[in-house]
Amino acid sequence: MFLLFLLLLPLLGGAAIAAAPKHPLVGWFGVVTNGGALILGIILAVRVVRTAPLTGAWGILRADALSAFMVVVIGAVAFLASWLGIHTMALDRHDGHFTPGRATGYGVLVQAFVGTMLLAVLAANLGVLWVAVEATTIVTTFLVGYRRTKGSLEASWKYLVICSVGIALAFLGTVLVYLAALHAGGHSAHALDWTSLMANARHLDPSVMRLAFALLVLGYGTKVGLAPMHSWLPDAHSQAPAPVSALMSGVLLTVAFYAILRFKAVVDLTLGPAYPRTLLVIVGLLSLAVAASLLIAQRDYKRMLAYSSIEHMGLIALGAAAGIRLAIAAVLLQILGHGLTKTVLFLTSGEIMAEEGTSQIDDVRTLLARRPVLGGLFGVGLVALLGLPPFSLFSSELLMTRAEFQVGLGWVAVVAVGLMVVIFVAVVGHARHMLMGPSDVSGTTPPPPRWVAAPLVGGLAICGFIGVFAWPLSGLLQAAARVVTP
Amino acid sequence: MTFSSALTLAAGAVLVCAVIVLWLTSVHAVIRVVAVQGMALGTVAMLLGVYQHDIGLMATAAVVLLLKGVAIPFLLGRAGGKSPATRETRPLVNVPASLVTSAILIVVAFLTARGIGRFVGTSAGALVPVGVATLLIGFFVLVTRRRPVFQIVGLLMVDNGIALVAFLSTAGVPFLIELGVSLDILLGVVVLMVLTRRLRTEFDDVDLDELQELHD
Repeated sequence: MFLLFLLLLPLLGGAAIAAAPKHPLVGWFGVVTNGGALILGIILAVRVVRTAPLTGAWGILRADALSAFMVVVIGAVAFLASWLGIHTMALDRHDGHFTPGRATGYGVLVQAFVGTMLLAVLAANLGVLWVAVEATTIVTTFLVGYRRTKGSLEASWKYLVICSVGIALAFLGTVLVYLAALHAGGHSAHALDWTSLMANARHLDPSVMRLAFALLVLGYGTKVGLAPMHSWLPDAHSQAPAPVSALMSGVLLTVAFYAILRFKAVVDLTLGPAYPRTLLVIVGLLSLAVAASLLIAQRDYKRMLAYSSIEHMGLIALGAAAGIRLAIAAVLLQILGHGLTKTVLFLTSGEIMAEEGTSQIDDVRTLLARRPVLGGLFGVGLVALLGLPPFSLFSSELLMTRAEFQVGLGWVAVVAVGLMVVIFVAVVGHARHMLMGPSDVSGTTPPPPRWVAAPLVGGLAICGFIGVFAWPLSGLLQAAARVVTP
Repeated sequence: MTFSSALTLAAGAVLVCAVIVLWLTSVHAVIRVVAVQGMALGTVAMLLGVYQHDIGLMATAAVVLLLKGVAIPFLLGRAGGKSPATRETRPLVNVPASLVTSAILIVVAFLTARGIGRFVGTSAGALVPVGVATLLIGFFVLVTRRRPVFQIVGLLMVDNGIALVAFLSTAGVPFLIELGVSLDILLGVVVLMVLTRRLRTEFDDVDLDELQELHD
């Protein structure tokens, strides 16, 4: 019951928005229900770490520590994104961008988006996981194309077609896993259940699983935005409204990576770690290389954030390639840190874009002097994103690098750090251009309202806090890492 | 007619439909061919369901017949029919070259998927390469055709190919999952069609490779 309620809560918010679109507080419906999902996620996490995994909804849903951790990340990002979404919508209404009906549609789709992501991480069955991930693509397509400009329509078409093909390959991979499970004596109704797959993993046919895992990495990897299947990502992230970009980059990518982590745990038992490691190292390094080369001459700050997402997904893939428990815990910390930081950055960039009217790096100057609050948030956010202490991405990247050395992937770690230095220099250059310099305009513009700035500051503060004090999370991270490294 | 020859015939029809799509340039004709392909796919599932006395699989077959044989082609026809230009005039690869490519793709499919067929070990399993070939041809349509409706058809063919592999190798995924998958596909097609309409109003009858607003 608990899991079903958790899953339905964001959808209830969506239903409320559809039922009372004219209510003066309609924007807060989503914030309240997503915040509720975050709180329930924390309760769930405490519960599954202390006791045992929880099942619900007639065996369709199941939450272990890894699911609970992902629920917390989804809840946190959704809470922030829907909060800022109120301001985004208000600004759009001010510009006469859209009709009230479209605002309602936006609110409902965002809630459906959050609901499908929760279903993906709470699914007991890897087939249901596929259905949920495909559903996220469908509900987000209209959100990407929300502004109905030529660019956003192009982005949403590319997004839906490329991700549908990718996810179709993942389905073929899932079918092959099912085939292997049936041949290993699984019962057809439960053969794709995570628990029975793990129990039978050593009896699955290696050659079928080899092919299946390649298809799954290719398929879900498309959705993660790993190179060379990343081409939809910069377009979709730069065209979508800022809160949607935040949700996509902050959690949708990592929800797809969660699927890869689950299948990797099975394949590790069937084939040993060498094969999944090779695949993940290839896509990870390739993603870092693509991100580095396109960040150097990047001219659009939202696309800059999008390529930085590709970089971080590459780092996560490399961490997962190392595969030991320390590495997986670091990967999960990276998922949380990247989720929060990138959410704050996309939301801030949305505010900057609304104020400045452009997303070109060249056209934005002396931001820190003219708009100290937004400029400051953007600057501090980039410091966190680039992995500088005290923020949590520093600790997670350090831990992943250490784990890579421990399992003999030292050369991979060295190449990765080299590419990260290139990215660091490129992003700092762009940031200096946007932020620094004396103000040539007399008088500063009014800062954003406090209720808009507060969640952004809060998000960064949490990143800093968990970077310094790991204690509230360490138990959960270790329990979650144990799930996929038995 | 024996079970296995009926099954071969139905599975073969799925592949033949895929090849015919390469040959056609009219949107209406292509939609009809995809409807036939969907029905052939449903027939494969129905034959397997009846042969194995599997109620769940028969229900799945009914869903597939209704959805891919009737509902989706009907929806596509409504979107395609309103378009002023109903022909694919300038595919990136012309028809004869496409047909030659499809022959190569079929050979590739048989070479790569034979192993899976042998692993399955049934007479249905031996037909798995047919599904893979359909999938590859669907991909080819997707990357070489420039009309939105043709790209949707390409996606559907990829999907039909995968569904064929699933039916032949595992007698279909469990019914509940199949329902979810079908719902996703239906919604996906609806969303693509709405997008097609918006693209048409924004760009005024578009070829998709003219979409070049976004780049680095």
